[in-house]
Amino acid sequence: MATVELVGVRKHFGSVRAVDGVDLTAQEGEFLVLLGPSGCGKTTLLRMIAGLERPTAGEIRFDGQVVNHLPPRARRVAMVFQSYALYPHMSVFDNIAFPLRAVRMPRERLRERVEWAAKMFGIAHLLQRKPRELSGGERQRVALARAMVREPTVFLLDEPLSNLDAKLRASARDELKGLQRRIGITTIYVTHDQVEALGMGDRIVVMNQGRVQQVGTPQEVYEQPANTFVATFLGSPPMNLLHHPRAGVVIGFRPEHFLPKEVQARDHAEADLVTFPFRVKRVEYLGADRLLYGTIEGPELQEKTAIIAKLPFTMPVAVGPGEVGPFAVPRRALCFFDPETGERVAEPPRPLSALGLERGEPPGTGGS
Amino acid sequence: MAAAPWSHRLRTVGGRSAHALLLAVFIVFTALPFGWMLITAFKAETDLYNPHNNPFWFNEPPTLKSWQYVFEKTPFLRWFLNTMVVGVAVVVITLALAVPAAYALARFLGRWGEQLGIGIFLVYLVPPTLLFIPMSLVISQLGLQNTLWSLIVVYPTITVPFSTWLLMGFFKSIPPELEEQARIDGYSRLAAFRKVMLPLALPGIVTVVIFSFTLSAQEFVYAVTFLTSTSVKTVSVGVPADMVRGDIFDWGPLMGSAFLASFPIAVLYYFALDRFIQGFTAAGALR
Amino acid sequence: MAVAQPRAAVEGALPRGTLWLERASLLGSVMLAPALIYIVAFVAFPFGFALYLSMTDATVGNPYGSWVGLRNFVEIVQSPTFLRTLKNTFVFTVVSQLLILILAKVLALALYRDFRGKGLVTFLILLPWAAPISLTTIGWLWIFHARFSIIDWALRQLGLLGPNENMFWLGRPSLAMAAVIAVHVWRLLPFATVLLLAGLTAIPRDVLDQAEVDGAGFWRKLFQIQLPLLLPILSVAVLFGTIFTFTDMTVVYVLTRGGPFDMTQVLASLAFFKGIHGGNLSVGAAISLFLFPLLLIAAVVILRLARRAEVT
Repeated sequence: MATVELVGVRKHFGSVRAVDGVDLTAQEGEFLVLLGPSGCGKTTLLRMIAGLERPTAGEIRFDGQVVNHLPPRARRVAMVFQSYALYPHMSVFDNIAFPLRAVRMPRERLRERVEWAAKMFGIAHLLQRKPRELSGGERQRVALARAMVREPTVFLLDEPLSNLDAKLRASARDELKGLQRRIGITTIYVTHDQVEALGMGDRIVVMNQGRVQQVGTPQEVYEQPANTFVATFLGSPPMNLLHHPRAGVVIGFRPEHFLPKEVQARDHAEADLVTFPFRVKRVEYLGADRLLYGTIEGPELQEKTAIIAKLPFTMPVAVGPGEVGPFAVPRRALCFFDPETGERVAEPPRPLSALGLERGEPPGTGGS
Repeated sequence: MAAAPWSHRLRTVGGRSAHALLLAVFIVFTALPFGWMLITAFKAETDLYNPHNNPFWFNEPPTLKSWQYVFEKTPFLRWFLNTMVVGVAVVVITLALAVPAAYALARFLGRWGEQLGIGIFLVYLVPPTLLFIPMSLVISQLGLQNTLWSLIVVYPTITVPFSTWLLMGFFKSIPPELEEQARIDGYSRLAAFRKVMLPLALPGIVTVVIFSFTLSAQEFVYAVTFLTSTSVKTVSVGVPADMVRGDIFDWGPLMGSAFLASFPIAVLYYFALDRFIQGFTAAGALR
Repeated sequence: MAVAQPRAAVEGALPRGTLWLERASLLGSVMLAPALIYIVAFVAFPFGFALYLSMTDATVGNPYGSWVGLRNFVEIVQSPTFLRTLKNTFVFTVVSQLLILILAKVLALALYRDFRGKGLVTFLILLPWAAPISLTTIGWLWIFHARFSIIDWALRQLGLLGPNENMFWLGRPSLAMAAVIAVHVWRLLPFATVLLLAGLTAIPRDVLDQAEVDGAGFWRKLFQIQLPLLLPILSVAVLFGTIFTFTDMTVVYVLTRGGPFDMTQVLASLAFFKGIHGGNLSVGAAISLFLFPLLLIAAVVILRLARRAEVT
């Protein structure tokens, strides 16, 4: 078990700043997820923690000790690559035994350990096979068994589920999380899939362009995004952003909070709601949900901003394509962002009541 | 049956025989010298040197006399042994130099390695006929003239560049994650190279072994330049240079030994050919 | 804590001395060095030495000679034998490459199809390239024999040659040149064929299918799809074929020894006869150096091919 600490870590490839100053701590036993679009630097960060890349600047500490200069083998980390990186010329047994042979473990103990690890992942019957004779799910298990067999201090995973089909992915997610809980090992998990991140992470580190955008629990990053990048990167469909020039603010709200006013009125007091006139352009049926694509129109708004509402299938919709209807967001579910920096601000500079967003009138037509 | 399939079938039958005929003509051209070598080696002298006899037919019963002569009266076996010694030594040196170099170029030296790799491949273009004169002085300065060592030292100038190029492509085709995984699994870079990369590059290494060996066996220019004594020659220079006594050609034994030496080399070469050709197509950058 | 847990990173776990081997650039240089040093010592140095020798009057008796500047080159260029040799070298190369290109294209198309016994056929066709050229050329020497040539025998059977007549293939300059070209073609045809075959196989099936759907026949497919797509590999085949023919001395050495009367001499064989047999190191080295410009051109072409492939 170990804590992993990154202090001002940078990695430049020529003029490209893959990782541009990251400070981060993974607590002992924590499941930390690095989330971001491809090319955001999350894999480079993971590789630096593993010792496969040397940071250009900054320090990486394991349990307080600087490990920058140590090769991977001295860090006692385990890693599972996206491709699983199974040694094609070795049997499953030899693959799992490979890390143990590095420390010259006696033959008997080695056999016991390998069998223990294989049993833990339900692959004991595959030990004599070669990797090419395994299915995708089996390969993933072999990779996990190989990573776990020598009790690493830190467990690093680089998109380990992306090569599995959708069905297998859900169950693998569950198993992986359960395993991590049981063993309680510090885990750093890289993914670009927000469902994996939200579902598995104790904390999520959202990254973009080599920098950390936000660190927080799944709930925090989803409900209180630190900036517009996090707001739009998480959630499907992403958070609606409404630019209000007169107020000098960008108003954000999640599509699932943007519901017909009459529905919202059942659960919320009128005073707790902010209402918008929503012109529905198109309705998309997605099984359990319905997406309403449209615009909120008003002279105060910069342009006809595209807005999405997400309604459970069971909820009736009174508005059809082409029509305008009142849609409301609970006041608590609103986020505000600085239009210049994109950073989240606590409250809009002017009270909402001054913006005509109170009474369900089109913004800017009433109020002031 | 309608008329159309009939004419179509006629056409395919015609096409097939034309195809077979075409290939037959080419085979006669390419394989003729070998066939003629073989027939000559089994013919009696009186049959061979009668211009009225059909040369492709045994007008007198076949005989093993030429073969007997090759093995008993000529140093053929000695030359064969020399060829083996030089071949094995060149293979060892080539592997020792080319395998680490190729791995370094493929993995450690980045873009710079790419450029250097092409540079090393270009060395393969330098023919022995450009260098044999200064090389003969270098060899005599080293005191190696007229020994098998001269060939062992010089042949890697041809085998190392091409082998390095070939292996470089091979190492590049192996996913880097595999050795990174090995390093994470507790091995040093060198150990990861030995335990993971080398076994996976085995097909490439086999190709290099065959290439280096056959090339040593085929080479003529350096051999004819450095070697003067019959006893130190390899087959490819001993047979054409020393089996002729003055102006007298013993065609039977000559053809026998030429066939005996060239055919196994050709077979060996054939097995490595596909990958060998890949080396050239990669040079044309047709990855 | 009283008892130290096994820590993640333990300095003592590694012998300090091996840490530098984990540095990629350092380890890379160490692994590359032996090959590089060898190549410098046995290719670059001899090449520089060749340049030096060509500007001295070195002989076997006086292997370092004294400086004469460009005198050797001036004398060589004025010698009729050399001019004949230079011309021969180009004639052999160009004619054989042209023939090889046409024949290899036909042969590659024939081998592109699937048929029974393809492996054996391919093997028989590859034989000339795979076998040692010095040995197979002796076979040709016997085929072109002044009295017992099987070609003469065949011509006699066809009535094209009188009962006791012979062609004396290697005795007449023009026939001897034809013989040398024939052996070159024979030797390099398989190499070019296999390269072209690899190129043909690399053309995606669906491109050809698309052409067929679009109504292209055999010839249109050949000239508008296959040949353009084959162009890069075709140039590689020609490039290497040219180098192999241009710098070869074995065929001429074994077949004609440059004869009759130096009429089939090529640069490489002339350099050998002057420099090694004649002991005139400086002149031999100077003649050899005439091979270099072509090699330089070839190197530039290859580098350009490689660069173009990097862009795409």
